[in-house]
Amino acid sequence: MDASILLILVQDGLVNGAIYALLALSLVLVFTVTRVLFIPQGELVAFAALTYSTLAEGHVPASIFLLAGLGATACLRGLWDARATRNKYGKILFGTLGPPAVVVPLTLWLAPRHPGLAVSALLAVATVAPMAPALYRIAFAPLASASILTLLIAAVSVRFAMVGIGLVIFGPEGTRGIGFSDAFFTVGPLTIPGQAIWIWIVTFALMLALAIFFGRTLIGRALRATAINRLGAQLVGIPAEGAGRLAFTLAGAIGAISGVLVAPLTTIYYDTGFLIGLKGFVAAIAGGLVGYPAAVIAALAVGIVESVSSFWASAYKEVIVFTAVLPVLLVRSLLGPPSEHDE
Amino acid sequence: MKRGLWLLFLLAWLAAPLLGIVPPFWISLANTIGIATVVVLGLVVLTGVGGMTSFGQASLMGFGAYTTALLNTSLHLSPWIALPASIAASVAAALTLGAVTLRLSSQYLALATLAWSVSLFYLAGNLDLTGRYDGIPAIPAVSLFNINLAAPEKFFVVIWVSVALAMLATANLLDSRVGRAMRALRGGAIAAASCGAPPAQAKLLAFLYAAALAGWAGWLYAHLQRAVNPTPFSFAASTEYLLMAVLGGAGHIGGALLGAAIFTLLNDRLQSFLPLLIPTPGNFELVAFGCLMLVLLQTAPEGLWPHLFRPRPQPRPIDETLALPRRNIPPPGTLLLESIALTRRFGGLVAVDALSFSACAGEIVGVIGPNGAGKSTIFNLLTGVDQPSAGQIKFRSEEITGSNAAAIAELGIARSFQHVQLVAGMSVIENVCLGAHLRGHAGPLRALLQLDCAEEAALFAEAMRQLDRVGLRQHADRPAGSLALGQQRIVEIARALCLDPVMLLLDEPAAGLRHNEKEQLATLLRQLRAEGLGVLLVEHDMDFVMQLADRLVVMNFGAKLTEGAPESVGRNPQVIEAYLGTAA
Repeated sequence: MDASILLILVQDGLVNGAIYALLALSLVLVFTVTRVLFIPQGELVAFAALTYSTLAEGHVPASIFLLAGLGATACLRGLWDARATRNKYGKILFGTLGPPAVVVPLTLWLAPRHPGLAVSALLAVATVAPMAPALYRIAFAPLASASILTLLIAAVSVRFAMVGIGLVIFGPEGTRGIGFSDAFFTVGPLTIPGQAIWIWIVTFALMLALAIFFGRTLIGRALRATAINRLGAQLVGIPAEGAGRLAFTLAGAIGAISGVLVAPLTTIYYDTGFLIGLKGFVAAIAGGLVGYPAAVIAALAVGIVESVSSFWASAYKEVIVFTAVLPVLLVRSLLGPPSEHDE
Repeated sequence: MKRGLWLLFLLAWLAAPLLGIVPPFWISLANTIGIATVVVLGLVVLTGVGGMTSFGQASLMGFGAYTTALLNTSLHLSPWIALPASIAASVAAALTLGAVTLRLSSQYLALATLAWSVSLFYLAGNLDLTGRYDGIPAIPAVSLFNINLAAPEKFFVVIWVSVALAMLATANLLDSRVGRAMRALRGGAIAAASCGAPPAQAKLLAFLYAAALAGWAGWLYAHLQRAVNPTPFSFAASTEYLLMAVLGGAGHIGGALLGAAIFTLLNDRLQSFLPLLIPTPGNFELVAFGCLMLVLLQTAPEGLWPHLFRPRPQPRPIDETLALPRRNIPPPGTLLLESIALTRRFGGLVAVDALSFSACAGEIVGVIGPNGAGKSTIFNLLTGVDQPSAGQIKFRSEEITGSNAAAIAELGIARSFQHVQLVAGMSVIENVCLGAHLRGHAGPLRALLQLDCAEEAALFAEAMRQLDRVGLRQHADRPAGSLALGQQRIVEIARALCLDPVMLLLDEPAAGLRHNEKEQLATLLRQLRAEGLGVLLVEHDMDFVMQLADRLVVMNFGAKLTEGAPESVGRNPQVIEAYLGTAA
């Protein structure tokens, strides 16, 4: 392997790594605020990618009906939980049925008119992103006081249901989305495709936006407060459930955007998301599930390890990436203090 | 009697398929249920008892299955020789994962097993050794005394004898010295450590035991199907086993069988009926199970078993004539525990500030001070639950700074906790028995085979004696969580006494007690002092501590305010100021 091949592999790895970094950020965000290890994040990525491809081809994606179903279930769940207090009905109706009420008719009207890539991308994000807070209302908010492991089992259950539904709404065929740009830029030995530039720009912009959100805005700081001390945040008037919904909304948006970005890179099937999301987790674990910068660096490393190993031993690509978790955990185990008790 | 009945039932169950009246379809379902039960029993120990979760049980099962497949087809070994090898392969794999993750919080084990099961799936699917995605065909059948057990109704006997043995072994394991340490992982891990049973060890044992059962199940699977491939050992399969455990009731041995049976039957019905209802292709049973699991977690996280059978702790016969050897207690006045300039900082907060004091044998030393003075932190430092930032701890003139909780327990330092650390679901006497952990020696193998009966009887006799001593004899068989909080504190003292301690550290033992109960406690403490024990007592009830203590150490803001006889301390103006504020 000479230097130019290595450079190409690193470039490739940084493209995928950027996506994993976005996912790792969203997973850390959700975990610190709600203690949920959001395994179905990968499914959201795949669903957004497939929704985008379907729209770009001028068809109506069936995922809008999934959004409607999730919204309706979340609405019933919310109304049921609020039955004792009988307030906030309007807020629940608006929060759960609002997104499908806008997205479903809009998509049905726009899709057959070949809306173009930008509109398709926006619609795909608008379809998939609200699924995350709906899932939070249905599956995780009622378990808010359960242990991390119970929440993890719930997350895996959600993932199973989502994969089953994914097969029905997208079918077993894979699709590859249309890229935002056909341009190529030549830099020394490298040929950088326009899509890669798009991914880097969007990733960077999202990270910057998140940094400003967490550092400068009151809501962002409230989320950080909840992440550091849930009870303490509640005592000063930050509702844990509201913080959880916000975290899931942000994660849903990040997952959906990642899906649209990744769609043109590779063929996506209804169940491809699992491995993509899991690589985000590998990166998040390296940051101890709490550190943002460490997670981003680890995500880029995961991307590079993946592209280098797919060059050397493509059949063992996943084996190498996922086995890499073990040395990472070993280092954490040796460096960190022992955890004698879990909550 | 009861045992005989169970045996009879098992024999009838084993014989039924051999009579030729049971349709093959039901035998095949029962075989699937049996193998799943063996795997899920491991999850009962790991998840229900130990509070950990693994998404890799099917992968561990795969280690067992592939091991026997390779040994049989390549080396032509007998399946019976391959059985221990299968179990050993799973255990070795679990040991690797456990060594890496078990010092971290429990979500890392879950995530590591998740990543690992994906990795192993692709590994088995790409290696020539494991026959790639096609797997290994033509695994020979098991035969016993020249009887070929290839037919499903004959292998049924092997499977269900395995189920019965695995259930018995699991019951034996949980009802043993090491089993109590495992059961303490949920709710009493710190207390177990202070009794000399390190949680890390108990966690590893639970994971290895679950792996051993998975390996055994893998062996059964390989010889039932006579072929292996990666699919039945995937992440999805692992999740199904976890669902079975949650469904049946992860905390109960019977729940494993119940969960495996309901899941397998339901899965079979769904697979045949759902396609008729919904004509589009899809894995609707996946959707159904995902939703079922969510509903279960939200409505009945303890599973179906406790709702159907309402298990209660059985009264345990105890032979109180048995006794354990005791350690030599040093003569009264021997210097026991010394704290030298002990300091603990939490970030910028100095919780304990250069504190020096000592306690001798045959002496009660009271530690008093306002809330937040650092009294409980001192206890945690002295017992190895927490480590000091600076300073030294000596016990009988030997430095013990930096020792962990279990090592300190071994020296004969026992303690109770301000926030009660009992295992709510275990009976009172089992909780107390945990205190005698270091006075028994039976390991997991002796526990599995029930070769620890004599030792267990002696441990329980000791526990009953200590329970009698603190006056809670009549509550021995009740679940510890059902006692009043004051009584639970007293149970903690009985547990500490079971260690046969030289030094006893009691953190607010009188809180929540009625007047006459306090009198009883004071009498007990005086008696222990007369026996030559050193007692260190943190207490808020001033009357109680004043009448008992030989010496008082007064703390304020982490530092020692003063030290001396109770009468002189009570008159000290600094102490009065700390407690009551300055006179205006």
